[in-house]
Amino acid sequence: MELCSFLTLDSFITDPLTHDFMRKALLMSSLVAAVCGLLSSYLTLKGWALMGDAVSHSVMPGVVVAYALGLPFSLGAFIFGVGSVALIGFIKQKSRVKEDTVIGLVFTGFFALGIVLVSKIKSNIDLHSILFGSPLGISLSDVKQTIFISLLVVILLSIFRKDLMLYCFDPRHAKTVGINVFFLHYLLLTCLSLAAVVGLQSVGIILVVAMLITPGATAYLLTDKFDNMTVISVLSAIISSLIGIYVSFWFDLETGGSIVLAQTFIFLFAFLFAPRYGIFKLKKLFVGYKS
Amino acid sequence: METINYQNFRIDAENICVDYNGKVALYDANLKLKPGQICGLVGMNGAGKTTFFNALTGFVNISKGKIRINGESVRSAQKDQTIAYVPQNEGIDSQFPISVWDVVMMGRYGSMNIFRCPRESDVQAVKDAIERVDLTNHLSTPIGNLSGGQRKRTFLARAIAQRASILLLDEPFSGVDIRTEKLISELFIQFKNEGKTILLSTHDMIHVREFCDLVLLINKTVVAYGETSEVFTPENITTTFGGISPDFLFGPES
Repeated sequence: MELCSFLTLDSFITDPLTHDFMRKALLMSSLVAAVCGLLSSYLTLKGWALMGDAVSHSVMPGVVVAYALGLPFSLGAFIFGVGSVALIGFIKQKSRVKEDTVIGLVFTGFFALGIVLVSKIKSNIDLHSILFGSPLGISLSDVKQTIFISLLVVILLSIFRKDLMLYCFDPRHAKTVGINVFFLHYLLLTCLSLAAVVGLQSVGIILVVAMLITPGATAYLLTDKFDNMTVISVLSAIISSLIGIYVSFWFDLETGGSIVLAQTFIFLFAFLFAPRYGIFKLKKLFVGYKS
Repeated sequence: METINYQNFRIDAENICVDYNGKVALYDANLKLKPGQICGLVGMNGAGKTTFFNALTGFVNISKGKIRINGESVRSAQKDQTIAYVPQNEGIDSQFPISVWDVVMMGRYGSMNIFRCPRESDVQAVKDAIERVDLTNHLSTPIGNLSGGQRKRTFLARAIAQRASILLLDEPFSGVDIRTEKLISELFIQFKNEGKTILLSTHDMIHVREFCDLVLLINKTVVAYGETSEVFTPENITTTFGGISPDFLFGPES
């Protein structure tokens, strides 16, 4: 390792920026992180972590089929993501099997189908980049897709921000005052599928669920206001992405894993030192010190 | 507002049935309530009280029967904000990062534009509602920091801000302090004078005698329905609670 080359913080940050692929990776990953972080607030409050896991794994066969047919991979991923949720709902309703079992059963089935398809379809699909992400090798068409999907999700979440908050908090009241709960349910699922699609480029299918729940969980420990929670969630997601990419560049580590680990460390920090809800309650320590 | 001179029933449920995936939760249930009436909904856990509420708000579909709210369908009652539902304290996520003000403002969502931007009138309605439940000092308090009674009052304020003519209250007196209980009973009298119709479920027999003009005893279907003085008899209560004697239910203090 050329340790001396980043003895100063300045060169630690600026050196990677001289590479075109790094600039692209930093920008795209920040965008993806922002989208996933935004959605993350809703998912953690709604208790949809397992659903996020299910959808993100279920997009696998969609990605493979889309690649094989030369279609945009986001289209395939989206169809299989929403399809998996529909199938989960159907099996739950028509059988006596409990919901978490059905979710686990469906998404592993889809995921397995994806892996089998990769081994069968001879193409230039790089299994490793699907499973673990490849933010450093992102192509121009992927960039366009990612920007388009990200904007779409951000616009949808912004328009229906308050309705979605109400839906997560008290769906019965929403229904009682004539708000279309069915629509909001599928809107949130659609955004989840889309976010999973863009997220998998950054950290891969296996870890994308972390992008969808960890920032929200971190923010939940730090605030009692919904708006602040979204802001903190987005910021912590972006910061983790930047840290992850820099660290992976300098120490030659897997990028996706580094991003998620950075998120995990930020969560642990909040878990230990959050002013109100942390184990050590930093605020109290400070207050005690002052007085 | 169309209040006292209203010809029809506020709530008119005829022979309604609700089943969840083939499992019957409620069958052949009837209920007719007029403006200004307070009705107690009494039954065991799992007797269909919540299901009854869900059917009236349209949260579940009825498989048989007919529900008219102010002479119209449940769907149009939703559009007109006619019904307000006040949940049980256990029925909501008290750790949700939301303030008293925001919860009460949710009562106005149904009549706002798609972005739910509060107009001056909405802000005023929320202010007034919060004042009526005596929570003006807690406008920006997160609901997680409230006591059980304060939280109950927050949701009552939401129903007031909604300006609904029908209030459905799930266990309004459970887990609340004396002050809240007194405030709720005062509000009931005001609501009655305003011509609102109230349907409340409760486990507490004393509250039924104290507040309810009418009582609906249910156990998957209607066991008895009518004026509290006539229907709320030890025999009927025993039947409703599957043979358990009312002495036991009333508890030692009665």
